[in-house]
Amino acid sequence: MARRAFTISPLGLWGAASAALLLFLTLGTLLAVAMKAEFTQGLGRADISALCFTLTQAFFSALLSVAFAIPVARALARRQFWGRQILITLLGAPFILPVIVAVLGLLAVFGRNGLFNQTLAMFGIETVSIYGFSGVLLAHVFFNLPLATRLILQAWLAIPSERYRLAQSLGFHPNDVFRQIELPMLREVVPGIFAIVFLICTTSFAVALTLGGGPRATTLELAIYQALRSDFDPGKAALLSSIQFALCTLAALIAWYFTKQQSTAAGFDRVVQRTDVNTLPLRMIDASVIAFAAMFVILPLAMVVERGLSGILTLPSVVWVAALRSVVMALASSAVMLALVLPLALIAARRRKAWPEAVAYLSVSASPLVIGTGLFILLNPYFSPRDLALPITIFVNAAMSIPFALRALLPEVRAVEATWSPLADQLGMRGMARFRLMLLPRIRRPMGFALGLTAALSMGDLGVVALFADPDAGTLPLMIFRLMGAYRMEQAAGAALLLLMLSLTMFMGFDRGGRQNAAT
Amino acid sequence: MKYPLIAAGLCAATVAGAETPILNVYTYDSFTSDWGPGPAVEAAFEDICACDLQFSAVGDGAALIARLNLEGDHSEADVVLGLDTNLADAALAEQFFAPHGIEMPTLNLPIEWSNDTYVPYDWGYFAFVYDNTKKDTIPANFRDLAASDLKIVIQDPRSSTPGLGLLMWVKAAYGDEAPAIWGDLEDNIITVTKGWSESYGMFTAGEADMVLSYTTSPAYHLIAEEDASKSSASFDEGHYLQVEVAAVTKSSDQPELARQFLDFMVSDTFQTIIPTTNWMYPAATPAAGLPDGFETLTTPDKALLIPAEEAGALREAALVEWLDALSQ
Repeated sequence: MARRAFTISPLGLWGAASAALLLFLTLGTLLAVAMKAEFTQGLGRADISALCFTLTQAFFSALLSVAFAIPVARALARRQFWGRQILITLLGAPFILPVIVAVLGLLAVFGRNGLFNQTLAMFGIETVSIYGFSGVLLAHVFFNLPLATRLILQAWLAIPSERYRLAQSLGFHPNDVFRQIELPMLREVVPGIFAIVFLICTTSFAVALTLGGGPRATTLELAIYQALRSDFDPGKAALLSSIQFALCTLAALIAWYFTKQQSTAAGFDRVVQRTDVNTLPLRMIDASVIAFAAMFVILPLAMVVERGLSGILTLPSVVWVAALRSVVMALASSAVMLALVLPLALIAARRRKAWPEAVAYLSVSASPLVIGTGLFILLNPYFSPRDLALPITIFVNAAMSIPFALRALLPEVRAVEATWSPLADQLGMRGMARFRLMLLPRIRRPMGFALGLTAALSMGDLGVVALFADPDAGTLPLMIFRLMGAYRMEQAAGAALLLLMLSLTMFMGFDRGGRQNAAT
Repeated sequence: MKYPLIAAGLCAATVAGAETPILNVYTYDSFTSDWGPGPAVEAAFEDICACDLQFSAVGDGAALIARLNLEGDHSEADVVLGLDTNLADAALAEQFFAPHGIEMPTLNLPIEWSNDTYVPYDWGYFAFVYDNTKKDTIPANFRDLAASDLKIVIQDPRSSTPGLGLLMWVKAAYGDEAPAIWGDLEDNIITVTKGWSESYGMFTAGEADMVLSYTTSPAYHLIAEEDASKSSASFDEGHYLQVEVAAVTKSSDQPELARQFLDFMVSDTFQTIIPTTNWMYPAATPAAGLPDGFETLTTPDKALLIPAEEAGALREAALVEWLDALSQ
């Protein structure tokens, strides 16, 4: 037995390598930036108010996103209707769009001259201004409600159908089902999802500034940008970024404190059929919740489509080449992500360790600018940045998707481990066989989602690796930005539509692959 | 099977590298994009230099300086192209650049230019652009604008070069009164964006009545889109000037080639490319004159510019005023 402590399993080694890479990209790059500091101004009054604003908006953005996501996920979990699949896929779209595209889509609906205000004006009602704190919240809910919904939905669908059958045979009212079955599940997953949305919102920059209506809406990320760009004060950037990590740690601890692990019980791996919720009032509630969420998410997307239609046909070939390059890179990112996330999920589930989740959380609160700058400082003395553009983009995008992928995978991996590992142990099933026969078929759904999300997130990425960009090898988001920078707004809208279609196609492809034999 | 090919490629590259000197030019992203001056400039210069011109692109002028700072002694840059007059001061020259040492042709800048480090290649006036089919009462200065109910979108001076230009514009025109002007403008400003593209995108989408841009912006719409609906407002307190410059780095391993490039930048070939790709005025008007359409642009009576030496110190104070006025 004493030897066991010293044997390193392949899984442990794999997990350690994956964690080391994530730590390098987050804390390692931060350290590199900090080492570059020669002097630093320290925090000023403006930085403190940026911190306060960042915290407040992130808290309320996360609260609203999760609060709306619960009824939407519940409605989607217990209803079957035509277009449900498409709707679930489209719900992922805001999260994966480049910020600038999503903001213009949102403004087309909620802006001064948007659909919403046009409708109000038509009825003679005074128009409302989106800009300000409410605008920041609206935008962040637009981006994160879909993510929160998807993550909660995954957990909802991971509840074994036997429980619902048992509840039905015991004559449970839907309220009892909620209290006995669904609430415990929510208590397990919601704190983590809240924390993740909170952390995403703490690194918001352009969205908060644009919809916040001006410098009142200055976030920490803007302060970091300013420190690295115009003031060239890496010490201050590192300090601000450390505050973001401290927030991350705090959020993770709070989430962990509130998370109530539910005991996992075995089920027979079947799809849920609910008959207890077919009453008219419940159907009405679910229908309106779904309709509201669909309108909220799809209208801005529809505006992106509408504006892009005329431009997409006139796109020059360089944009198509960039699109192809982006697709290849996105696929590569997905593959790398899977290689990184699987050991983390397995270690977290099998060995009941908390560190994989902690490491994954780090990359949500890492400032993209600090990662890019840190990598640049570390690598530039040895390599030409443009030679590394491709691999770095692929790895950074993969790493940035890990927290979401892990969130999606973990509930199901845990359930599979709890349910099936005694049997697998009895059969002496180990290594690849165990992975292929026991785990893989059961985690296909969240795995497809995670792969699709990573591919789509990578498609939309612009920020992290700007310092490494090779001008001759631009990605599609960079092309959109360049077209806009060259006054070509119509073509930029066309390229944005192309990006939306490609991202959704990849997302849908993976997602569907994952759901092949599940009615979900 | 692939490896021999790659190896052959590497050898070819090394051999070519030994024969052809490489000129590394750092610039901002929109300069090198397929719609910017970059591709035409590269082709034209490579025709005459027997060299390989390679662009490296970062976001904008301020990001260029950050990049030089980050790279320190490892910088490959021979020429840095795309700083503007708010950034290019003597301290920066001292730190990174060598004297240009070229014979300067007659420039047509609205100001005197006698600097032995920075070579200007184009210039423009900041201005508020509007749609002349939608608005006909146009403010004649910042006070008028503040008193009107026009909604404008501007850029953040902390993250955008034009945004910084506007900050300096108000400061140059109003000095100590600048905070009051910003206070009055507050209800006209719909929002402040990270960069120019977001603002201009919002303007063309009909979200704002006016956008902070350049007097030359309407030329794009007129020449490239045959759309005469965009104009820029002429302000009687004068318009702040942006002069874009380039310089050769101290650490350049190709100083001769770099100087040849600076010489080329003020030549007719380069200057002819600028107006319809960078949508700015060329620093030295080419022999063939400006493209048709440029004569329709607003030409301010008065050019404002705070010299780079003073701009650095003034920027900090102006930024604090701006933040205070707009964060109420």
